[in-house]
Amino acid sequence: MPALALTAATLVTCLGRGLAAQAEALRARRSGLTPCALPFAELDTMIGRVAGLEDEPLAEPFAGYDCRNNRLARAGLTADGFADQVAAAAARFGPERIAVIIGSSTAGIDRTEAAYRARRTPDGPLPDWFDYRRTHNAFSPADFVRSYLGLAGIGLVVATACASSAKAFAAADRYLSAGLCDAAVVGGVDSLCLTTLYGFNALELIAREPCRPWDAERTGISLGEAAGFALVERTPAAGSRWTLLGWGESSDAYHMSSPRPDGAGAARAMRQALAQSGLTPAAIDYVNLHGTGTPSNDAAEDQAVLTVLGKEVPCSSTKGWTGHTLGAAGIVELLLAALTLDEQLVPGTLHSKRIDPALGVNLRLANEPAELRHVLSNSFGFGGGNCSLVLARAAA
Amino acid sequence: MSLGLQLSVRRCGLIAPGLADWPAAVPVLLGRAPYQPAELAKPVSERVPPRERRRHTFTIALALAAAHQVLADPAEGAELPAVFACSGGDTDVIDRICQALTLPERPVSPQQFLNSVHNAPAGYWSIADQNQATTQSLSAYDASFAAGLLEAGAQIAAGAPEVLLVAYDVPAPAPIWPFRPLHAPCAVALLLGAAGLPGLGELRVALTRDLPETRLTDPELERLRAGNPAARGLPILAALAQGRPAVLALPYLAPAMLRLEVAPA
Repeated sequence: MPALALTAATLVTCLGRGLAAQAEALRARRSGLTPCALPFAELDTMIGRVAGLEDEPLAEPFAGYDCRNNRLARAGLTADGFADQVAAAAARFGPERIAVIIGSSTAGIDRTEAAYRARRTPDGPLPDWFDYRRTHNAFSPADFVRSYLGLAGIGLVVATACASSAKAFAAADRYLSAGLCDAAVVGGVDSLCLTTLYGFNALELIAREPCRPWDAERTGISLGEAAGFALVERTPAAGSRWTLLGWGESSDAYHMSSPRPDGAGAARAMRQALAQSGLTPAAIDYVNLHGTGTPSNDAAEDQAVLTVLGKEVPCSSTKGWTGHTLGAAGIVELLLAALTLDEQLVPGTLHSKRIDPALGVNLRLANEPAELRHVLSNSFGFGGGNCSLVLARAAA
Repeated sequence: MSLGLQLSVRRCGLIAPGLADWPAAVPVLLGRAPYQPAELAKPVSERVPPRERRRHTFTIALALAAAHQVLADPAEGAELPAVFACSGGDTDVIDRICQALTLPERPVSPQQFLNSVHNAPAGYWSIADQNQATTQSLSAYDASFAAGLLEAGAQIAAGAPEVLLVAYDVPAPAPIWPFRPLHAPCAVALLLGAAGLPGLGELRVALTRDLPETRLTDPELERLRAGNPAARGLPILAALAQGRPAVLALPYLAPAMLRLEVAPA
């Protein structure tokens, strides 16, 4: 594929607001996970919660969009001067030539949860304040971002569970190639809600302690929330720091929530990403694993990485820092991988102590300086969707 | 305003009240038979084993049955990229989860949580047809059909010989319905291919903003079209059934529209 320049980017996670906060936390090995104290969530687990959202309602003209997810989106758009950089691009290309492609799994379902709680009787009507279209509907995050940024190009939400915002980059590349846009705001926004907390709890996939990817005693995921955005264009603008070289997408066609044990689906996505990048497996210097910390996910991804990249390449999961941010995980981890290129640092997997002897990749536990040119980030989701992205530093 | 996408429509599928499939829909779309909506039972895809079928909600069954209408045998679905376009996902499941979350123990069913993801139909379809190519699941509210067509067209422009597009939406249950009053369930499936492949006809798709939305003549069919995001694709099916070249305008994200030139085979 022709390379895709990331001409602006930002990230808001439980580690803080903006890329500098993420980089600082990576260097200092500071986890953002805290005991779950979300209202109505009485679960013994650690979560990656973005501080302050409760006190930041959206005001007019965006009040109708007010929900935790769109507040989080706004926090992202206002960090790192991202909205200003999009405005500059809109002045160059025209607002109707900039696409908005957002990955999200639950949009603003927290408002629907609250509306059901607010009913006077179990079969009574939902309260009048409920704004289905602008909060809960799957399109809400892209609708809000288009409105907030004043963009009028193509727009959609990619909702493929935990692969959503990684696949949003692949879609952006296709739309640029097809001439449907000249630039794209690619994002991922997913916020903590009872649906995912209790849903993953019902599936017995939630860890009580901070998640420990690849650890012999790993017990599951820690949930998190995040908003990440990137402005992508074919031609690098001044200040572009990173270039997306390739992506790969595949389906497991195996099970709704368990990965194919041999990792064949994930391996297919990784191979396609390499082929598009024009790189050999040996050219990948670091892998940011999907690394959720559930026994079966890590085992399948281990197989996939061993098959495609072998056992030498340094690998780690950053979910011990941010928690699993679901639909936002793809862009969160692509941008954390981008920061490893800036910092020339392999971040060691937080919280993991004793690597599972049954797993074979070169999983790093301590932060280490390294010469990194090309990094690969994996994202896999319920429904068996897999996506791998390959990123490099922009040519100076 | 933008470059056009060129596609061929190889086959059509359609499920809506009173419209069981493409062959049944053709006389109605031609105006030779009256459109008589009738309650739509949960669609059944013979291609899905009964044990699996029981796990499928109405929404999942609807999407899968429409997909299977355009795939002659399972082998056709084995290496086929697919795009699933849906505005609101499975609101029956969302309703049950939100009900459960109001109860003291928050008894969310694990199966319902799995079925609640927007890409559940895509996941079940890829399992049913053993398809390891990519599937995309997207939403653009009322513009979801058009967004799906653009995504499928972009995949074909990028070199995919064929792409399956399935658009589907189901009215929400009572609590949510007043806030999103969809008229009836509907699924439209198109097996799309690169221009020049044999089939029902050719499409040229471009973004524009200067055309009035194409409507259907039959008032009941028009209610269906206007009342379900997936049914926004019906004018394409009507033009293909009528076998005459047509220029259509499909609503996209207002004020944008999709301009479609349909050239039936």
